[in-house]
Amino acid sequence: MLRYILSRLLTFIPTFIGVCIISFAFIRVLPGDPIIVMAGERGVSDERYQELVEQFGFDRPVVVQFWDFFTGVLQGDLGTSYVTKRPVWDEFFSLFPATLELSLVAIILAIALGIPAGVIAAVNRGKFFDRALMSTALVGYSMPIFWWALLLIIVFSGNLGWPPVSDLIDLLYYFEAETGFMLIDSLLSGQEGACKSAVRHLILPSFVLATVPLAVIARQTRSAMLEVLGEDYIRTARAKGLAPARVNGVHALRNAMIPVITVIGLSVGTLLAGAILTETIFSWPGIGKWMVDSIFRRDYPVVQGGLLMVALFVMVVNLIVDLLYGLINPKIRKR
Amino acid sequence: MSLTKFMAATSMATMLMSGAAFAQSTLVYCSEGSPEGFDAALYTSGTTFDASSKPLYNRLVEFDVGTTNVIPGLAESWEVSEDGTEFTFKLREGVKFHSNDMFTPSRDFNADDVIYTFMRQLETEGSWEYFNAMSMPDLVESIEKVDDMTVKFKLTRAEAPFVANLAMDFASIQSAEYGAAMEEAGTPEMLNQQPIGTGPFEFVAYQKDAVIRYAANENYWMDGVPKVDNLVFAITPDASVRYQKVQAGECHVMPYPNPADVEAMRAAEDVNLMEQEGLNVGYLAYNTQMPPFDNPKVRKALNMAIDKQAIIDVVFQGAGQIAKNPLPPTMWSYNDAVEDDPFDPDAAKAMLEEEGVTDLDLKIWAMPVQRPYNPNARRMAELMQEDFANIGVNVEIVSYEWGEYLDRSKAMDRDGAVLLGWTGDNGDPDNFLAVLLGCDAVGGSNRAQWCHEPFNDLVTQAKTGSQEDRAKLYEEAQVIFKEQAPWATIAHSVVFMPMRPEVEGYVMDPLGGHYFNEVGLAE
Repeated sequence: MLRYILSRLLTFIPTFIGVCIISFAFIRVLPGDPIIVMAGERGVSDERYQELVEQFGFDRPVVVQFWDFFTGVLQGDLGTSYVTKRPVWDEFFSLFPATLELSLVAIILAIALGIPAGVIAAVNRGKFFDRALMSTALVGYSMPIFWWALLLIIVFSGNLGWPPVSDLIDLLYYFEAETGFMLIDSLLSGQEGACKSAVRHLILPSFVLATVPLAVIARQTRSAMLEVLGEDYIRTARAKGLAPARVNGVHALRNAMIPVITVIGLSVGTLLAGAILTETIFSWPGIGKWMVDSIFRRDYPVVQGGLLMVALFVMVVNLIVDLLYGLINPKIRKR
Repeated sequence: MSLTKFMAATSMATMLMSGAAFAQSTLVYCSEGSPEGFDAALYTSGTTFDASSKPLYNRLVEFDVGTTNVIPGLAESWEVSEDGTEFTFKLREGVKFHSNDMFTPSRDFNADDVIYTFMRQLETEGSWEYFNAMSMPDLVESIEKVDDMTVKFKLTRAEAPFVANLAMDFASIQSAEYGAAMEEAGTPEMLNQQPIGTGPFEFVAYQKDAVIRYAANENYWMDGVPKVDNLVFAITPDASVRYQKVQAGECHVMPYPNPADVEAMRAAEDVNLMEQEGLNVGYLAYNTQMPPFDNPKVRKALNMAIDKQAIIDVVFQGAGQIAKNPLPPTMWSYNDAVEDDPFDPDAAKAMLEEEGVTDLDLKIWAMPVQRPYNPNARRMAELMQEDFANIGVNVEIVSYEWGEYLDRSKAMDRDGAVLLGWTGDNGDPDNFLAVLLGCDAVGGSNRAQWCHEPFNDLVTQAKTGSQEDRAKLYEEAQVIFKEQAPWATIAHSVVFMPMRPEVEGYVMDPLGGHYFNEVGLAE
């Protein structure tokens, strides 16, 4: 197992360097001079332009700029935002917990609903329940997130007035962030009703964000289950007279889990991409909106730093998924 | 400190709560975006100014909210020398700065603070973008402290709009003491993160991209201001969501509604909708140096072919008003007597023939971005393409990435007419007429490359004198502009402000800012 972990970690290094290069190059490939974009209609004088070029270091060769960025990254320095003049590192960590919290709740929701739905559909293959579930999943999968989110807001917050429209928590509650995770902070604050308010605010955005992975997980679980249910050992288990719940839940599901876990791991990337839209609509103060704004402003340090951090996060999650395979299926870690 | 003050006020408010999601003494503004920081001199965006300079700071002079007139602020009065180059300000006594965890002021506001505010922008390196954009470094020769309560600015030339510049956000008065204390502590960035000003509200806390909290400044120098205990900016980037929040009672006031929602807002019972023309103009600038567009009659003919009402209906979806002058109607000296070119394709066609122009090809440049003065340049260009086709002019639409667009459209030999616009900075007509149409700006912000002596003389002459005298010159300049037609003036946007009925005393600012100093909430 140790060797398996080590070999996984080794592949991390070239990927990391690659990600550094791509995130550095990505924003520079886009047309648009950040200084001129910043100045807008008002324009900028030639002297001022030169000053800013020097200040931002654009006068140096690209290779040197990349080397500065890369060595900075290794020392945990992602540079300073052109716009807010604050370190990118600080900004990232003040915003990332909110994204992480939303994504975690969303993925838990997707797993908790998706796997049982997939199992039930597989067991009742071809029956009404299966068809209904799978067509719902297809709709969920193909729905544009922003439209779905607005629809839910208008129906549930607007017409019915159940959950709040947006934000992390009611404006009434105010406390210092201890962990950055609103659910935990609101508990720690000891203010009455704060945690309940945080939960109420999480319902809609996490459900919206969970929609696509939920559909994917449900469909994947169903097809993996169907495959496994046709295997000989399942027939044997049934023949032994085991209870159907035990056959389906233990013998079949455990073996069907490998592709499902792969899908869950991969959906972390999708989740972060979906978070950008979800966060914008629900005024969720995470990294999504921060990155989008920065791309429009051509705020190079934020875009490259933010991209790098998100990519790193996805890499770490996939590493964990790889290690999970090893746990679930001993054959993989021996290979 | 301010945090405890806020907490006390909120817990009181909690008790008073009556079904609404917030308390009566807390005004919640659903703002459209996050401020870049709180030291307004570093930035140029209105979103940042709304959150920083407007609630937290004062200027020597202020805009009289609702107009573009300048009134006393931290300066009680000012005098201008005969030759228009010396401005002497008498400062207000007894104005107190805010305090926070790190800083308690030891004295009231005085001349040192004024000197500090401007000298840091004049002398230290930093991104003082607006200060530079308004040419302040070229304009200001020196700033002198005459005595503790008097400051004199010497300018390199006579420039009446200078006073209006001092009402702009970058001129927000900082505390020299706070600046020095933070410099000494090695944390000069605190001026930007934990702002200290003299404004009606004190800064409490900012959670990035989520919420900004302010508490009323109990020592504010103007009696009875502000009218609420707390001010909260709930940052809500999506316009539909902002409106849902207003309806749900989660916020009181919101800016920038979706044009598509405006009709519903007018009809809604729990929403009051205010509206006003924005301080902007969207235009099509011909290249007046290239034949046949160097001929005013050709330009005039083209202007007559444009169906502006269709543009207002389709592109602005009603949230716009036809522009006949380069100045917006909320600005002083706007000449309402000027008549717009009639929409008359037949006459336009005849006029072109008269000038011997046939088979005319024209490129129209369409911006790739949404701006307040032009929400959809591409669509606007397409409508113009049809209009011009009706008089036999063949139009090709071109576009570039925004940075490229701004840069290339400056070229003196630019091929084609460019769609662009302008949003006013200081509410002074000079800021439109000289900046966009003066001879000095050719090859720069004068996208029509138009240098017309009679017009330029008037605008230059109007740089000095009383507002009354200047207004007359500008009115005359607008008449010349209309005759010469370097642009097709297209539209001024109409700005809508939806708010809940309990909001009292909100006044729309023609300069586009959002002020809550004198806004109250009905019981």
